[in-house]
Amino acid sequence: MPQIRNFSIIAHIDHGKSTLADRMIQLTGLVESRNFRDQILDNMDIERERGITIKSQAVNLPYVNSKGEEFELNLIDTPGHVDFSYEVSRALASCEGVLLLIDASQGVEAQTVANLFAAMEHDLTIIPVINKIDLPSADIDQVREQIEVDLALDSDMAILCSAKEGTGIEEVLEAITAYIPPPEGNVDQPLSALIFDAHYDPFRGTIVSLRVFAGRVRPGDTIRLMSTGATHKVEETGIFRLGREPRDALSAGEVGYIIAGIKTVSDTKIGDTITQDADPSPSPLPGFREVKPVVFSSVYPVTSEDYQGLTEALEKYKLNDAALVFQKDSSAALGLGFRCGFLGLLHLEIVQERLEREFGQSLIMTVPTVEYHFTLTNGETLSVDNPLYYPDPATIEKAMEPFIKTSIFIPERYVGVVMDLCLERRGVNSRFSYPTPGRIEIQFDMPLAEVIYDFYDRLKTVTQGYGSFDYDLLDYRKNDLVKLDILVNGERVDALSQIVHRDRARSRALNACERLKEEIPRHLFKIPIQGAIGGTIVARSTISPFRKDVTAKCYGGDITRKRKLLEKQKKGKKRMKMIGSVAIPQSAFVAVFKADNK
Amino acid sequence: MNPYQKNGLYIHVPFCRTKCPYCGFYSIASTSLISRWLEALKKEVVYYKDRFEYFDSLYLGGGTPTLLSTRDLEKIMQHLFAHFDFVPNTEFTIEANPGDLTSDKADGLKAMGFNRVNLGVQSFNPQELLFLGRSHTGEEAESALKTLRASGFENVGIDLIYGLDGQSLKGWINTLNRTLTFQPEHISCYQLTFEKQTPFWNMRKKGMITPIGEKEERSFFLTTSRFLEEKGYIHYEISNFAREKIYYSHHNYKYWYHVPYLGLGPSAHSFQNKTRWWNFRSIRRYCEALEEHKAPVEGHEDLTNNQMRLESIALGLRTRDGFAIKETDLESQSGDILSRLQISGFLTIKKDRIVPTRKGFLVADHLPLCFQ
Ligand SMILES: Nc1nc2c(ncn2[C@@H]2O[C@H](COP(=O)(O)OP(=O)(O)OP(=O)(O)O)[C@@H](O)[C@H]2O)c(=O)[nH]1
Ligand code: SF4
Ligand SMILES: [Mg+2]
Repeated sequence: MPQIRNFSIIAHIDHGKSTLADRMIQLTGLVESRNFRDQILDNMDIERERGITIKSQAVNLPYVNSKGEEFELNLIDTPGHVDFSYEVSRALASCEGVLLLIDASQGVEAQTVANLFAAMEHDLTIIPVINKIDLPSADIDQVREQIEVDLALDSDMAILCSAKEGTGIEEVLEAITAYIPPPEGNVDQPLSALIFDAHYDPFRGTIVSLRVFAGRVRPGDTIRLMSTGATHKVEETGIFRLGREPRDALSAGEVGYIIAGIKTVSDTKIGDTITQDADPSPSPLPGFREVKPVVFSSVYPVTSEDYQGLTEALEKYKLNDAALVFQKDSSAALGLGFRCGFLGLLHLEIVQERLEREFGQSLIMTVPTVEYHFTLTNGETLSVDNPLYYPDPATIEKAMEPFIKTSIFIPERYVGVVMDLCLERRGVNSRFSYPTPGRIEIQFDMPLAEVIYDFYDRLKTVTQGYGSFDYDLLDYRKNDLVKLDILVNGERVDALSQIVHRDRARSRALNACERLKEEIPRHLFKIPIQGAIGGTIVARSTISPFRKDVTAKCYGGDITRKRKLLEKQKKGKKRMKMIGSVAIPQSAFVAVFKADNK
Repeated sequence: MNPYQKNGLYIHVPFCRTKCPYCGFYSIASTSLISRWLEALKKEVVYYKDRFEYFDSLYLGGGTPTLLSTRDLEKIMQHLFAHFDFVPNTEFTIEANPGDLTSDKADGLKAMGFNRVNLGVQSFNPQELLFLGRSHTGEEAESALKTLRASGFENVGIDLIYGLDGQSLKGWINTLNRTLTFQPEHISCYQLTFEKQTPFWNMRKKGMITPIGEKEERSFFLTTSRFLEEKGYIHYEISNFAREKIYYSHHNYKYWYHVPYLGLGPSAHSFQNKTRWWNFRSIRRYCEALEEHKAPVEGHEDLTNNQMRLESIALGLRTRDGFAIKETDLESQSGDILSRLQISGFLTIKKDRIVPTRKGFLVADHLPLCFQ
């Protein structure tokens, strides 16, 4: 019997996790070289296009170490971006150890620290790995120093490698077998398996990814999903290679999947425990901590008939993205939809894109917002994560907004521009530290609302891509918050309202008016766009009508061409939302909170 | 609505003396293939001889039909008369290049049966003619017009182009005034458009030609319409004006009202029984097909009822006759679109038809999108 090792690769974004996984996959001979492609575990189109990992991905590697012992290594490649940290924390629950990767030229960064803490919480064995040592700018001594000082780990343990050039990979594999403990767990106890991921397959039902902690499961067994009590007959069990590979059974300590004809989407909950119906485990596993969304936005189908379809799509989608939370919502302008909570703006963007691509949905998403707290004159307190429910201003005694502690890592030369940006975004209480020569860490207390509003884009722009940033929620602070409404052709569009700080309201309003002017196509009549606080107009723009829109000739052959063009335009118009007599494209709802094109 | 309900016949003559840099029509600047093309055309006529009944219009266009010798033209006409039936009072139009119209030629055209000539004048201004790459002069155009009248043509149309780089509104009115001295029965005023794969298209892309702005386009268009209506012309289609209703182009009306038409020659389009088909846009492929006794058809499309309706609306909105209200389902429209468009002055309702105004003509490409 081969021995098992379960581990994740964790790191800050872009430090080379997926590339290291590539080398291990190749070294263990799992894939023929002609079928190989870089970052092979990033198998979603959206991951390949953006060059980042979005979902944790498990793969089972057969390995024989230098002593001739046989192993099965369950590697989980995790995302580095802070918005997908829930993927990391769930992966960690299936592991006994981690490889903590550090880019030799970038050094320790925000998510290096955050992910290290997460691994420590799970009491995992941590192997530091210094990657990208091939880079001319690699500074290994410096990184060792950081490992000692900032991470409080033993830097002598650190393995040097270049995932790109394939050096040091064997050492990494040896270290895994040597230092990471084998999983505990008794095969003879009742089945107890943790669902850490799932996805819906239209033919086979929900395919569940799990880590078995005790007992064994095999095809033919009747399993019970403990939180819902639903029972299903197991059709297939197996492990992840590059794709699913059936196995006779999954036993304590193993990571794999189950197919059990689970057609009811709501039967499966990520974090639930699977047990045998006949011989159940006395209590479920602890599961995962609940996600705490920080950004909220509503999604609506473009046409209201698609509401049912959207409902089903969201439920299926959530199986594969446990970090999304949603509940029913409705808007005067956009009809029935869902209020969703996200872990950040990138998460929001990914959810939208995946719903469109994988589930064929056409969506409208509203301006993202944070959760505000209001104390009313009658003493009542109110949490508001949706501008629709902004209370009557006359009744507001105190308005509070969430503040975060931002840590921004940048090369020293960008201090000036980054300071300006943070101050413009109402940052206060700045602190500096110098983790390595030439680099600086700036900390600010800042309203979260200012960060979700294009902050990351702007930071990247002003630092030419060199800035990295992370944040922690701090507390709620009192501020002067108003509701900004947007009127299109005189009609208030509730889905475009936002809650903003009074000092920033006018510039936000101007930006929204300008962006809408760019996004809303011209019509036959003039369309005024206004930003208003209460009854006061604070900004306006106007979309001028077509002055002329006609082609000179239309004879024989042109008719087909003309009709085809019209058909295309009509289809495009169908995908727009009619607000009164104005057709507003989906993109407009998103554009209002995107960076101005400076 | 359309009084010209019989079939229309179009023949595409794909030859020109030189190629005008703005022109997107299919033609080549060489005469070497004329005799081969003529033979192929004859075969195509025979191919269709039993598939279309009576015609009430013939339009010999191109290209430059007057580049053909009088003898060749006669041969074509004789062949057509031999195989197709034309009703009495059929409109026989030929497109003519001013430089080609000697009085012999004009007499010949008259003699072989043409009763309408459409003259490609484009402009009287030498600079504009140069810019457009036309091979004739304004004086030639004027003498051609006189020749046509002298040969007894009582139905003459003139094509003009406006909206040229650097053209002033005043200069354009001058051109119109000069046109009016000949009291043509029909005037087509085309705004210069940039067609893909023409030299002008590329020159605009490189910034060598600046098209006039939307505001100027609007004022050129409105001024033209007001000016010619003032002078007694009927602005019956976006780009077309007629001195009286009987001078509307019978032939063009067929395109706009789904009346069957047969197009012969390379790149020509035909329409019958909700099917539209088109010939190869290549003289060589056109001739080869016919030489192998095959139809020179490159493609076709069968229109669904919805597509027919969309076309009826879109094409109707380009003419003064508009489209029948029954073509659109007013109940299912979002908001009270019709009254809004009426109030804004884009449309009016005449009996059971929705009819564009002059202001409606200006946005005729957009209006169809307002209807379901
Ligand atoms: N020079 C050099 N480049 C490397 C090395 N390892 C990875 N890279 C490059 O670094 C970039 C990021 O690599 P990935 O493997 O996608 O990084 P990641 O940590 O998986 O990123 P996320 O999943 O988005 O957090 C890619 O361009 C890799 O080619 C290395 O050892 N040397
Ligand atoms: S405009 Fe007329 S003459 Fe000029 S190339 Fe086109 S078809 Fe020939
Ligand atoms: Mg990755």
